[in-house]
Amino acid sequence: MTETSTRMNEEQIAEAINSKFTQGITSIEIAPRRIFLTISKDIILPLCTKMKDELGFEHVSSVCGVDTKTAFQTVYHISSYQNKVVAEIVVENISYDQPEVESITPLWGGANWHERETYDMFGIRFLNHPKMERLLLADDFMFFPMRKDYVVGRRVP
Amino acid sequence: MTEMWVNMGPQHPMTHGLWNLRVKIDGEIITDATPVIGYLHRGWEKMVEARDFKQIIPLADRLCYGSSLTWSHLYVRTIEELMDVDVPERAQWIRVITLEMQRISSHLMWLAAVGTDLGSYTIFLYCMRERELFLDLMTNLTGARMTYNYVRIGGVRNDLPPNFERDTLRVLKLFEERMKEYEALCDRTTSFRVRMEDVGMLTPADAMNLGVTGPNMRGSKIDFDIRRDDPYETYDQVDFEVCVEDTCDSFARYRVRMREMEVSCDIIRQALKKLRDGPVRVKAPNNAPSGSAFFHVEDPRGEGLMYAIGDGTNQPYRLKVRSPIFVSVSATPVMLIGEKMADVPAIMGSIDMCLGETDR
Repeated sequence: MTETSTRMNEEQIAEAINSKFTQGITSIEIAPRRIFLTISKDIILPLCTKMKDELGFEHVSSVCGVDTKTAFQTVYHISSYQNKVVAEIVVENISYDQPEVESITPLWGGANWHERETYDMFGIRFLNHPKMERLLLADDFMFFPMRKDYVVGRRVP
Repeated sequence: MTEMWVNMGPQHPMTHGLWNLRVKIDGEIITDATPVIGYLHRGWEKMVEARDFKQIIPLADRLCYGSSLTWSHLYVRTIEELMDVDVPERAQWIRVITLEMQRISSHLMWLAAVGTDLGSYTIFLYCMRERELFLDLMTNLTGARMTYNYVRIGGVRNDLPPNFERDTLRVLKLFEERMKEYEALCDRTTSFRVRMEDVGMLTPADAMNLGVTGPNMRGSKIDFDIRRDDPYETYDQVDFEVCVEDTCDSFARYRVRMREMEVSCDIIRQALKKLRDGPVRVKAPNNAPSGSAFFHVEDPRGEGLMYAIGDGTNQPYRLKVRSPIFVSVSATPVMLIGEKMADVPAIMGSIDMCLGETDR
């Protein structure tokens, strides 16, 4: 991590990301101190590596899953302390049949429990995660309760 | 001597809630540690998917009883972002005042807990006494002692009661005098400093990489505060200092919180001066548009973030809560390994655990 004397603004960061990744980015929008990215799951790890090593994003605020009823999404909120920018990355179209996405825990340790919680609630597996086990629920719990097909009130055997 | 695993919790005086710290000890040196959480998991995120937006405000209060208003504020602010609602300026100033009062009472409760952890019951009683002053102010304003249900989508529920400013200034004056007693009790007492200094080291690089935020991070030389660097409400019109300490140990985290309480008093004074008459609430729509929004605030414990997805109905499609302590507690093995077993309360106490928001 290098200390930059001047703050990179949202536009410069978005431009740097856009020029590096010609494929995989579906949309990119900016707002004051915010960047919104929608990407496919192939480039999540190279994108995050670039953001961490070159664009000064030091901190993972949150990782979460979303069930869109047709596929899964994972949503990352990654902050930069030196540039004072938060990036929201939505990874689209993670299929129900093979809910897997690359883990970003090797880059930022702060993502560790967030990814475990996402696995716990949605059953999305994060590849190369150091300990992909349930976190909040019991180990022998048979469901992934945050999926939309899990109806609250069903009896748990 | 052989190594062995020791369970500290789920019922243990150190834990301040229902969680378990498994530590591996060699003699009395900790060689490994695993925090185990989930005992208080209530399925908050699933529960809110079946409630409409207004019903979630009191539920958000219950995320943390120690600083309930910051959580209902964070929730309301996220939904305002989603619905694109502009809040009147007077309501924003009232939010700033109440948030800072909440920060002081939360830090006081933390200091009380640390006091008992380290065997000083006097600190506990002093802090609880002063916390009650702020709770009385909040009771006067909202009608409740701890879970306020006060912030509304589009403003706050009611305007300030008569003489609120006078009472607040009196409390702040009294509190600042009593802060000197705390410093005499803690900073100038050997027994407190010996327990807190040079334990639980957290390097700046670890603090950033492991996602530790808030006072715990600022105790590790990182100069970042969402109130200043990504301002919300009217914090950009307030002039305040971000407290940073550079010794990276438990004592630094204690000093950050003590200084933050003084800064909060100052913010409340400035806010009361800048308060102008006006409406405190605008009408907000019932239904959220399709789309998503996130918002993050400086909770007394760190960065609180919520991410909401709306689908055109009056219920959230998805609402994710990022709890600061959830992440900070996952980073505690770094602070614990190499320390002595007897220092665990001093280290874990300095984190400011709150299980309600951790397990959700």
